[in-house]
Amino acid sequence: MSATPAQPAADFLALFDARAEDSFHEARASAARAFAAAGIPGRRLEAWKYTDLRPLAALPVRLAPEITDVARLAAMLPAIAAPRIVFVNGKFSESLSTFSDGKIFSGLAAAPSLASHENAPLAALNTMLAEDGAVIRVPENVDGGTLVLVHLTIASVDAPVFSASRYRIDLAPGAALNVIEYSSGQGVYWNNPVSEIALAEGARLGHVRIQAESVEGFQTATLFADLLGGARYEAFTLGLGARLARSETQLRLAGAGAIAHMDAAQLLAGAQHGDVTTVVAHDAPGCASRQTVKNVLDGRARAVFQGRIEVARAAQKTDGYQMSQALLLSPDAEIDCKPELEIFADDVKCSHGATVGALDPEQMFYLRARGIPGDLARRMLIRAFLAEAIENVADVPARALLEDTIDAWWEQGR
Amino acid sequence: MLEIRGLSAGIEGKPILNGIDLTVPTGEVHAIMGPNGSGKSTLSYILAGHEGYDVTGGEVWLDGVDLLALAPEERAAAGLFLAFQYPVELPGVGNANFLRTALNAVRRARGEAELDAVQFLKLARAALRDLAMAEDMLKRNVNVGFSGGEKKRNEVLQMAILKPKFAVLDETDSGLDIDALKIVAGGVNALRGPHFSALVITHYQRLLDHITPDRVHVLAGGRILRSGGPELAHELERGGYAALGIDATAQGVSEANAA
Ligand SMILES: Nc1ncnc2c1ncn2[C@@H]1O[C@H](COP(=O)(O)OP(=O)(O)O)[C@@H](O)[C@H]1O
Ligand SMILES: [Mg+2]
Repeated sequence: MSATPAQPAADFLALFDARAEDSFHEARASAARAFAAAGIPGRRLEAWKYTDLRPLAALPVRLAPEITDVARLAAMLPAIAAPRIVFVNGKFSESLSTFSDGKIFSGLAAAPSLASHENAPLAALNTMLAEDGAVIRVPENVDGGTLVLVHLTIASVDAPVFSASRYRIDLAPGAALNVIEYSSGQGVYWNNPVSEIALAEGARLGHVRIQAESVEGFQTATLFADLLGGARYEAFTLGLGARLARSETQLRLAGAGAIAHMDAAQLLAGAQHGDVTTVVAHDAPGCASRQTVKNVLDGRARAVFQGRIEVARAAQKTDGYQMSQALLLSPDAEIDCKPELEIFADDVKCSHGATVGALDPEQMFYLRARGIPGDLARRMLIRAFLAEAIENVADVPARALLEDTIDAWWEQGR
Repeated sequence: MLEIRGLSAGIEGKPILNGIDLTVPTGEVHAIMGPNGSGKSTLSYILAGHEGYDVTGGEVWLDGVDLLALAPEERAAAGLFLAFQYPVELPGVGNANFLRTALNAVRRARGEAELDAVQFLKLARAALRDLAMAEDMLKRNVNVGFSGGEKKRNEVLQMAILKPKFAVLDETDSGLDIDALKIVAGGVNALRGPHFSALVITHYQRLLDHITPDRVHVLAGGRILRSGGPELAHELERGGYAALGIDATAQGVSEANAA
């Protein structure tokens, strides 16, 4: 096994060195130092044991060029009637966006107040090279409604590209917002986004993320979230695109009574690899974190769920729950599941579990005996398997988009 | 007309059915009685196309269609319906969605127009009313958290909606109180007519008080050992299988003195 691939890391650093200094130079330079020290993470690292980035590191290093002719991309946008912010190849696209309220949106959000580069070299890489970003701020006790964030990455036919978009969501005390995030693209590329979320006391963010990247693409997303007292973060992440994807969340429950739901579903076929990694730090008492991760795996697909819960000494009455469920549609599909609990408080309730199974032949027979053809019966059972997680998505348009995306996946894949 | 000729079947090399011959003419309802483990459910599963059993011999024809050559869904489209002895729970699948998907799949296969949600709801509500079932039955997940009786009634609801030409009811009366039993019997009787036939598997005469069978067959050790009119069920009710000379405890072929 080769060591950390050094050459692409050096190429990325060269890109940074060639970059004109901007007002975020300090932060970028510090990130560059962290990235130079760590490089692109290899499987020798515990956190990367199950996900091998070598195919990604083999791509030539080239920044995604600005796309001027964006009108043709309109068909790639999710069909949802809500204000929309669109990035194409990491650049804000004014013509595709329908939302640019100056009060809560500004051009760049690279200031890495939450992003820790220490254990996140890919976040450091993003900070080094991110172009545009969004800062979304909702003032105290305001309900910001629903906002759609779209990231499109477009590679030309023969030239793989690298893209690093970034956004930050700040909800003031008592504020609320629903964000639907959708990423997709064309061709061979590496999309390496970073998101930062700060929820003040009693704020509530609904966050539905759909990763529908090109099947030849790669996505490594890192999300940092910080919740103060009584804040609620209700996330659902659907991963069904990309040749290799990793969705990493580092979430801190920093104030008493904060609640984080971080459900996810991965639908993978062929030789796709999908990794959901979470690190939840319970730093305050009486917080709850709940994660249900559902995997539907066909072909030779491989899924990874690594969930780590850290309960600090002060975090009494912590309620932590993790469940990983996999439905294997093929004998060659695989899942690696690694729960980790690190508990320093004595009065806590933490549980985790994992199930792996195939479709139940008795359920299949029951449906078919009622006249439902095998293919449709399979689809109904898969939808039923996912239903429990999707039902928790409170935002109606978001849930509808999830359901449509899953249906479309099925139509395309089979 | 359903014709079963010399049907033998087993599981993992173990024989269960040992040459069943049975004909149910169109328009007739036949009852099958028999001790536990005699192969009644195996027969009904094989008729419906369960892939867990190996058919080792014989044939089954429904109105000239070779049933054993068809997939389970094709048998349903051909008009066969099995009310399961143990209905399967489908967590995450709503009953209304299940029923409508099944009905439309069958209608599609038969070249009939599909029903939209409104048309379906109208039909389903009428069926629920006829079966004295609560409407919230449609909102619940299929059989999940249903009582034994509710599961059986849900089978009859499916039958009423799919309107098969041949129904197999596998102990649909077991565990029902007398009111539920009447509802189940009513569901079968509502379908009765010159174009409908059924095989009613039961242990008890009391169901046959409400669904009068044209013929009664006794299955034991994987074979039909006796056939007769409705009086055969009464005979069984009085004297048990022993009175017919059938050893109810034996597995496999067991004909103490059956001729
Ligand atoms: N899936 C199975 N695996 C193994 N044995 C089975 C299976 N299904 C049925 N059998 C056996 O076949 C025989 C008949 O069972 P069944 O058809 O359920 O009888 P009945 O419905 O008349 O009570 C029994 O001995 C039973 O144990
Ligand atoms: Mg039985």
